[in-house]
Amino acid sequence: MGTTIARTLDLKGLSCPMPIVKTAQQMKELASGDLIEALATDPGSVADFKAWCTATGNELVEQGEVDAVYRFVIRKR
Amino acid sequence: MPAKVVVLGGGVGGTLVANLVARELGRDVRLTVVDPTGMHVYQPGFLYLALGKANGRWLSRDERTLLRRDVELVVDRAIRIHPEAGTVQLARGGSLDWDYLVIATGARLVPEQVPGLVEGSHEFYSLEGAQRLREELRRFRGGRIHVGVAGIPYKCPPAPVEFVFMLEERLRRRGVRDRSEITLLSPLNRAFTIESASKVVEPLMRQRGIQLATFFNVESVDPSAGVITSIEGEKVESDLMVVVPPHRGQELIETSGLGDGSAWTPTDRNTLQVAGHERIFAIGDATDLPISKSGSTAHFEAPVVASRIASLVRGTAPKTNYGGKVMCFLETGDGRSTILRFDYEHPPAPPQPRRVWHLAKWMFNRLYWDVVPTGRVPERIA
Repeated sequence: MGTTIARTLDLKGLSCPMPIVKTAQQMKELASGDLIEALATDPGSVADFKAWCTATGNELVEQGEVDAVYRFVIRKR
Repeated sequence: MPAKVVVLGGGVGGTLVANLVARELGRDVRLTVVDPTGMHVYQPGFLYLALGKANGRWLSRDERTLLRRDVELVVDRAIRIHPEAGTVQLARGGSLDWDYLVIATGARLVPEQVPGLVEGSHEFYSLEGAQRLREELRRFRGGRIHVGVAGIPYKCPPAPVEFVFMLEERLRRRGVRDRSEITLLSPLNRAFTIESASKVVEPLMRQRGIQLATFFNVESVDPSAGVITSIEGEKVESDLMVVVPPHRGQELIETSGLGDGSAWTPTDRNTLQVAGHERIFAIGDATDLPISKSGSTAHFEAPVVASRIASLVRGTAPKTNYGGKVMCFLETGDGRSTILRFDYEHPPAPPQPRRVWHLAKWMFNRLYWDVVPTGRVPERIA
């Protein structure tokens, strides 16, 4: 299980539902246990990422906000 | 010397900009619209066509009849924009010079990007697709219908939701509803990207027995098995698939080096100028702006672009900015609609569906040809 981030996605400026769709696409290319970091500016992405992780079984490891940029770290199931 | 303005694309945005600039500047401008077909298509009508509520003839008109007489129409395909030289090359040879250029080339459907989509699914995003779907629905005697999207962004975000509501009504009236299952495949955990609109439509979907499958982004279609697979790894079996194909900008944008990787044009959200090019504007579906790809967006953007070009030609300070305004109706079946009005700063607060909004949309559909592309009704009314 990785502890370093395998991939970072810059989703800043994208509006709902692009951040989720792009993340879902990228997840396909990762191995189970890999970490992916997503950076978004859409405030709706906070609730969307949480719900998406719950629905898909991926783990939301970290979540935070700095200067209106939301950061999510997700571990692929 | 009159200023030369070339508009690429004769859809709602391009036609309206051309008419407004010509009206504003008169003899101080020479306007040319370049369109590959010379036909103007009212795309919101595809939904009604697919459901047997409109005929194909009503949906298109000769672009020439929608343009002012002082606007020239060139029926040809633009193949390359040369921003530094101020020219645009045409497919049949020759090129046009411009002082100001408007990119209103719209979106392109790329169903071939999703395995099995062309062979296995229906769509109502093209005239041919809507006609084919209408025939299929006429023959439909019951089964599982799935409606979804195979890529973001796509035109007219409410259309799949409108389609399931109107389809449900249609099947009910034809007496085959009890033999049918309708499922909306949503990219998110709700029926519609905008949360306030989801809250209005989801109870109605439940009431009408329309299923919702969440976080289902179509990845591939198996036409022989009738199976749709999502990026998330889920599979559904379907008797009739209606899937909105992925969209991209036009090749012209890519070959001219003005694209963002998906052939959308990076555009300033307020001035609508193309990034790094003061004399080039983009409008409607062609931009990379994070707002609805819809005729309504182009309709509200057109007066901003027209006014900014007029200011540049006259050498005065531009006054108007685009604030992200979009307005659209969302049909919920049984002769009712709700209405979404929003901009960059204000999310929509759609009211409960009512008959009056359905009638308003019907009126708009009727009046479109006479008032919208020609600029006869100012955008303020809508």
